[in-house]
Parts: sequence; C-alpha cells; structure tokens
Amino acid sequence: MDINPILLLAAIMVASTPILLAAIGELVVERAGVLNLGVEGMMITGAVCGFIVAHSTGSATVGFIGAAVGGALVSTLFAVMVIFLMTNQVATGLALTLFGVGLAALMGQSYVAEGQIIVPKAPIPGLSEIPVLGPILFRHDLVVYLSVALVVLVWLFLTRSRAGLILRAIGENAEAAHALGHPVRLVRFLAVMFGGACAGLGGAYVSLVRVPQWIDNITAGAGWIALAIVVFASWRPGRLIIGAYLFGGVTALQLNIQATGLAIPVEYLSMSPYIATIIVLVALSAGRAPGSLGKPFHASS
Amino acid sequence: MKRRTLLATGAAAAAAAAFGLPARAQDKTKVGFIYVGPINDGGWTQHHHHSAMEMVEHFGDAVEFVYQESVPEGPDAERAITQMALGGADIIFTTSFGYMDPTINVASKFPNVKFEHATGYKTADNVSVYSARFYEGRAVQGTLAGHMTKTNTIGYIASVPIPEVVRGINSAYLHAKKVNPDVEFKIIWIFEWLNPAKEADAAKALIEQGCDVILQHTDSTAPHAAAKEAGNVYTFGQAADMAEYAPMPRISSIIDEWAPYYIDRVQAVMDGTWTTTNTWDGIGAGMVGIGEISDVVPAEVKAEAEALRDAIAAGEYHPFTGPINKQDGTPWLAEGEVADDGTLAGMNFYIEGVSGDIPS
Repeated sequence: MDINPILLLAAIMVASTPILLAAIGELVVERAGVLNLGVEGMMITGAVCGFIVAHSTGSATVGFIGAAVGGALVSTLFAVMVIFLMTNQVATGLALTLFGVGLAALMGQSYVAEGQIIVPKAPIPGLSEIPVLGPILFRHDLVVYLSVALVVLVWLFLTRSRAGLILRAIGENAEAAHALGHPVRLVRFLAVMFGGACAGLGGAYVSLVRVPQWIDNITAGAGWIALAIVVFASWRPGRLIIGAYLFGGVTALQLNIQATGLAIPVEYLSMSPYIATIIVLVALSAGRAPGSLGKPFHASS
Repeated sequence: MKRRTLLATGAAAAAAAAFGLPARAQDKTKVGFIYVGPINDGGWTQHHHHSAMEMVEHFGDAVEFVYQESVPEGPDAERAITQMALGGADIIFTTSFGYMDPTINVASKFPNVKFEHATGYKTADNVSVYSARFYEGRAVQGTLAGHMTKTNTIGYIASVPIPEVVRGINSAYLHAKKVNPDVEFKIIWIFEWLNPAKEADAAKALIEQGCDVILQHTDSTAPHAAAKEAGNVYTFGQAADMAEYAPMPRISSIIDEWAPYYIDRVQAVMDGTWTTTNTWDGIGAGMVGIGEISDVVPAEVKAEAEALRDAIAAGEYHPFTGPINKQDGTPWLAEGEVADDGTLAGMNFYIEGVSGDIPS
C-alpha cells in the first residue's frame, strides 16, 4: 500500500501545530529583545494544565484556555526575574525548563492514564468540500486554524501596526526606545506572557490532540525545536511557518516512508527532519538577530 | 582542587564505612533501583517499580528501598549508579539495556556491592544479568494478530535496534504468518523507548497505510489512544497490561513479572548466597505474563492463543522451531531444530518474509 498524499498532508498539519504555536510565541518574545530558553518548560506546563482543566470541566475549549493561562503564569516567573531582577536570561530560561518539567510531573501525577477528551473537528463549511484541498486544509480542529491565524496576526502586528513597531524598536535598541519614552519593561513583560500562552497552547495540543493523554515528559523536546526554528527562520513569521511545517512534514513523511519499506536506511530517515529544516532555513536566512536580544535592560544604563 | 580532595576523602570514607562494617548490612538490606523512565510511564518502568514495591512489601522493614527515575542511558547513568553505591546500597538493579557498560564500570569500583542488570549480556563477579523471554509472548501476540487482521497488514512500532527487539519482530511475524500466510509487516523504528508524541505519530502513519493491528515495543499507551480514535484497530499492551484500553483496542498484552525474581535476589543477598547468574525466564517461570485476551477476539482464536501460551509454558513448544530461513533465504534452522540461546541472545537478522533492513 502506498502513501496517501492527502492523509499525509493532513497529518503534517497536526504534527506541526504544537511547534508552530510555541515558535510564534517565542518569535514575539525575541523580537522584543528577550531570549527565553524556557519554551520546553512552558509547553509542558501548558500540556498538563490543559489536560487537567479539560478533564475537570469536560470541555476541550476550556482546557486550551487553561493551558494558555498556565503557560502565561509560569512565564511571568521568568519575566519578573529577567526584566525586574535582571538575572541572566540564558540561565533563567534553562531553569524555567527544568522547573516546568518537574512542576508538570508533580501536577500530573494523578492524571496519568486518565482517558482522553475528544477535541471536535471543525470542518469549515463549503471550503471543506473542495476536492484535495478540503481534506488537507479545512477539516481540522479549531486550534489548527487558530495557529495559522496567529502567525498572520503576528506578522500584521509586527509590520503593520504602531505597537508592533514599538516592540521591534525595543528589541533592536532598548536604550533608544526608552529615551523616546516607550515602556520597555511593560512591553517585554507582555511579550513574555504572550510567548508563555502560545507555548502553553502548543503543549496542550500535544496532550489533548496529538497523543492524547498525560504522560510525564510528553512534549519530549518539542520546545527546543521551536526555539531553533525561530532562529533559523531569522525571526520572521513567514519563514517560521515554512520551517515548522517542513519539520513536522518531514517527521511525518519519514515515518510513512519507513512503513512502506522503501530501501532507505532508517538512520537517514530519522535525521532527515532536522537536516531538511536546517538546510532550507539556512538557505533562506539572510536576517539577523534583534539588536538587544538577550541583553538585560535598566533605565540607568 | 581542595574541594575535589574533600570529595574524594568523603567518597573513600563512605566506601570504608560501607565495606568496613558488614554487620550494618545485615540489619537492613539497602536495595537500589535505577529506572530509565518515570515510575508512572504506564509501561516498562512502571512495571519494574511495581515489582520492586511488591518485593519491598514482601520483606517489610528488612529492606531499605531507594530508587532514581528518568536516568538517561549513557554517561549520566554511571554517575547515578555510583551515587547509589556510595549511598550504601547492598544491591542495585539497573533496569535498562543502555545501562550495561555503566553498570560494569561502576561494579568494578564497588566489589562488595551486588549489581543486577536487566536485559544485558555482560556479567562480572558482582554483576548478574536477568531478562525475560518476551519473544514467547510475541508468539502469542503474532497468532492473535494474524487472525484478527482483515487487511493482512500488521504494524510494528519498534524502539531501539537491539537483539531483544529484533527477536520480538521475528517471533511475532513467524506466528502471524503461520495462521495467515498473506500477512505483511510494516515496521517503524523510532529509536527511543518512550516518546509518546513519536509513538502516536508512528501509530497514525501505520493506520493510514492500512494496518489494522499494531504491535509495539515502546513503553507508552499513546499508540492505543491513536488506535481507539481510528476505530477498528487492535493493539497489545506492552510491559504493563494497559487494561485501561481493554477490550478495544487492546486485545491482550505482555506483562513483565519481575517481583518473584527481585524477592529471590534480595533474599540471596540477605543470606549471603548471592552469586553471579544469567537468568532468562519466560512464560513457564512466570516472568512473562500474557494479559487477559479480551472478548473482542473470537472464542476459537482465543483458545488457540491460550493453547500456544500453555504449550510454551510447559516447554512443549519453542517459538523458534525450524524450518526457518533467514531474510536472504539462507537456511537458519532445519526441520524440527530449535534455536539455541546464544543465537537468540545476539539475534541481528530478520527471518524470511520480513521486509526492510535492521538499522545498525
């Protein structure tokens, strides 16, 4: 039996969504000049919060909202430390990941092996009937559409709005933006919380849709992939969506190729998602990092 | 430099304390476990922990129990095992294949501590190995899978390419083929023991390609969830019963029963009769359990699978009985010949009919 391209492409959209969500959040954080390496920790916190909330309320929608809130809450820890206490961003981010993984395991203890919550599919009327494109693009759950919409909104926000311009200015040169009277710390704080909420949503997509159940360490490194994709996409939303779908796509494709028994050594197939993503994004990339990325800001300096 | 000296002195003192006072070991035996996953992974590690707890219950106050979970295979394992040995453990069970070399290395530094390594093959004066003949359980699964598949396509989520996993694939295939000559296996390697997202993706890919029975050698229940969503797909519990997915999609399981072995070995340490052993037990000795075959399976198929299970347990039938050819068509076992343990332990080839290559 051969690979069915329609089913495969639809599976790719599902496999890519968690990474896409986490990456678009981190992109905004980094454009504001903050480097948050805690994406994995925020994702897994979101995954467990989403699962717990969805279970207690019986509603997947409330679960996703809970995940976003949970992700945003742990990210405020990071925000307070790096923005107000001016701790080292790299170390604090790594600590946030370790903390998040542990916290999630603790919170999820009594939810292991609990049954799943069904997340309803939401086919878009009309569009889902289009041959080929319909089943690939328009027969998913709401979160998939939301993730794509979010990328477009972030792009519009960054390039077409005054607030986006201020955020970018703060990321490029925090001192200059401060001198112009822009609230550097407030904007950064909100950006970090947005990143946390997005990572939380991405984590919940793993625990509520993709797997779907709660198991310790369920995100298994997806947050690190999201971080890498932000950098390789040179901090641009358009490239980011290419990178995330490419990574998810080659991941799903390589599993399918293995199953068909094509004579390609499995080792090469397993590394192919990483290699393909790196090659394409490096070939595309011409951008550079935001000027103030990772540098602590204090009004006195 | 000073701190290092201090640490070394501390280590020496701890070692001296452990070795110098054998009397201390007698009032309370300290038993340590190193786990590869979290103790609630629903599969491999959970069952080791469960068995360990049974052992602790058996001995009550006579043992002191310590464990460390989610220890990565590789250099970090050596640190974790060393720490446990320094902590005064009398016997340490290292419960994953990848702990093999770290266990041997640490054991050479602590000659008075006993080590038990699961699923490996390297022994020493104070290192025993133990494993279960999971391929016996795979024979039962293969029989069930061959009968239950309607598309004649069976998916297999393989973890890490070591002999144990290859044996499982061969045994399952052999017995599926026996009851259903048209059967075909699709194998996906994920190179990890536990990665729920990858396991789910692999299960979905297999289902999309027409598999309606999925066997797994990975530890999480994620493939069961994927099968449940798809509807008409059957799965098997791995390491633990995974009964929460019975009667559908999970129709049976292989359960690891380590408790009797653990009780036995800890008792041997207490009695001072511990010697290096190489244990490899199967269904007969109770180390491999076959989980309840659910009612979704037709009665005559269930009876056939149970008969096979009982024949293996009684030693009347060996899952690898000739004639069997290797994948390239060269003969391996002649008519009626039974595979020897040496070949099985190092099995690195597929049998005839399995497609694809084993990753090296």
